[in-house]
Amino acid sequence: MSVAPRVGLFVTCLVDLFRPSVGFAAVKLLEDAGCTVEVPAAQTCCGQPAYNAGDRKDARGIAIGVLKAFEGYDYVVVPSGSCAGMIKVHFERLFSDDPVHAAAARDLAARTWELTSFLADVLKVAALPARHDGTVAYHDSCSSLREMGVRNQPRALLSQVTGLTLVEVPNGEACCGFGGTFAVKYGDISGEIVRKKADSVASTGATTLVAGDLGCLFNIAGKLKRDGSAIVVRHVAEILAGMTDDPPIGEAS
Amino acid sequence: MQPTSALFRDNVTKALLDTDLQTALSRVDKNFTARRTAAVTAMPEFEALRDDAVRIKDHVLAHLDLYLEKFEEIVRTNGGHVHWAKTPEDARRIVLDLCQAAGARTVTKGKSMIAEEIALNPYLEEHGITPVETDLGEYIIQLADEPPSHIIGPAIHKTKEQVSDLFAEHHRQYGKTQRLIEGVDLVAEAREILRPRYLAADVGITGANFLIAETGSSVIVTNEGNGDLTQQLPSTHIVIASLEKIVPTLEDASTLLRVLARSATGQQMSVYTTFSTGPKRTEDPDGPNAYHVVLLDNGRSALLGSEFQEILRCIRCGACFNHCPVYASIGGHAYGWVYSGPMGAVLTPAMIGIDQAHHLPSATPFCGRCEAVCPMRIPLPKMMRHWREQAFERKLDGVRQRWAIRAWAWLAKRPALYRRMTGLVVRYLAWRGRPLGRMDDLPFARGWTATRDFPAPQGRTFSARWAQSRKAGTP
Repeated sequence: MSVAPRVGLFVTCLVDLFRPSVGFAAVKLLEDAGCTVEVPAAQTCCGQPAYNAGDRKDARGIAIGVLKAFEGYDYVVVPSGSCAGMIKVHFERLFSDDPVHAAAARDLAARTWELTSFLADVLKVAALPARHDGTVAYHDSCSSLREMGVRNQPRALLSQVTGLTLVEVPNGEACCGFGGTFAVKYGDISGEIVRKKADSVASTGATTLVAGDLGCLFNIAGKLKRDGSAIVVRHVAEILAGMTDDPPIGEAS
Repeated sequence: MQPTSALFRDNVTKALLDTDLQTALSRVDKNFTARRTAAVTAMPEFEALRDDAVRIKDHVLAHLDLYLEKFEEIVRTNGGHVHWAKTPEDARRIVLDLCQAAGARTVTKGKSMIAEEIALNPYLEEHGITPVETDLGEYIIQLADEPPSHIIGPAIHKTKEQVSDLFAEHHRQYGKTQRLIEGVDLVAEAREILRPRYLAADVGITGANFLIAETGSSVIVTNEGNGDLTQQLPSTHIVIASLEKIVPTLEDASTLLRVLARSATGQQMSVYTTFSTGPKRTEDPDGPNAYHVVLLDNGRSALLGSEFQEILRCIRCGACFNHCPVYASIGGHAYGWVYSGPMGAVLTPAMIGIDQAHHLPSATPFCGRCEAVCPMRIPLPKMMRHWREQAFERKLDGVRQRWAIRAWAWLAKRPALYRRMTGLVVRYLAWRGRPLGRMDDLPFARGWTATRDFPAPQGRTFSARWAQSRKAGTP
């Protein structure tokens, strides 16, 4: 591209609050690929907790904030399939009776990308300088896979990492049981679902598990660590950017 | 059946502790999910077929009254009768009247979810008529006195050992003293016991997978052939079906049959697909003398034109059950009413009320796999969200949860304040989780920490670090 695309990074509340290193990894990946990255200060959350709780009014209020914060960027990139799906698929549904905001939501949707699919599909990143020695399993988050059509992109990017062997998780299309507030509100069902997912992940023999969504990662890491597993859990951006100095998810320095 | 959906949380606790149930549920993946994938992969035009199937049903739902009238007219021409039932009570009464008019003492039954919906068996028993379930799964749960837990695998919650125990207990009266272990022997014994019942029955009752307007036919699919014996041997055949089972033509039925079996059991076609078109004609060697179709509404017509209309496209294949992580964890009974799984989470609140059933559309991680595999492309998660919105408006959720969501949303709309507040919480959590990088108990999230650790935050927020790094001029 002749002019550097101007990218607004939607950090997501989970990355902002719990794992800033993912945000910095995303910035590095985007800048290395030739983007100008900005992080609008007015962003908070995509509104999914309210939306999924049936609180449409609050979800709309939050969505309007996101629409404003990300006006004018060429692209809006999100290191999460779930938050990206909220913006790309669900914002417009929130404004079914509000044509002005619906139009803004459509416009934002057209500019919004999940991080790995933006790197692979738009920026055509084909040679990452990162190195990671080990066997890595990639977990497909439900929103990435089914809402955002993200499947091959993270795998293609991971295959560019020197020293990395990629393995598939059996029954990989199954949910990990996170589901936002579901994991707390119906913690017993969620706990049973993640038990199966953690078993599947362990069966791969992978030394590292990655995914594009921090929610799933916290859920699976929480279960693996409770069970005393040595499997290291990280966001896919950390591996792709070669930024693994911070301790893995759920582990101390 | 008395709904227990309001007791969902207790039902879930019980289900998760039931080791027999968990053993039984672990077979769903192998028996259904993998087979569906193989069947669908083997058919390149499957996606196009899904589109055709959706078009057919959407067209029917837009002209439901016309096709129903047409169906009634053709059934009459063929010498059969159509009865309209607005409520389950109406449907039960109509079926009982027909049975009594036929002088029935025993009736055989093919598998029918509508019969469950109207609680037909206990009603017939109250009135001195013995219903005999002939589908193997239904037969098993009739012995166990339990409702079905899956729309196509009613006894899927039972292990082989439990079935063996049930047969040993109930078949003793027929002189069967040997306890059977092998599946094939259990099937053979059930068949031996059921065979004379078919011949003795005065009335046969079946459901319908489809009703065809242009021919006045009802269609059933089975893998056991029990439905055929049920509807052909007795002198009266009663079909009980809901309104939305109607399709315009034979051709349309064939299209839907092609997606049905593949989505349900991974078969190309079910073993038996049987079309019933009226009573026996003079030239027919066999068949019933009387053919009745009872059409049940039970709130379905009220869904037309609503945000829930698309659930009426459902052809009851069970694919959404077989791919649902929640169903796979708790089974069907925990949902507390006739329909369970994702389609039940949408349909049940429409039938027994959102006040009673609000947990059902709420207790899902919105993984979307149900919609992805639904042959009729029903947007199940979208409709569950509509129910959640109604539940939220009616304040059916817990006060604490409601407060937490509203407080979060209030804060999220005030970025500056949000940053200050979350920054403090995050630093506290990081301090608490510092020794291990995770916490094994969080008082406000025990639902989480009961089964897994909660990873600690890294420390300061991204926004704080970003603001600082950009001020310092270092990216």
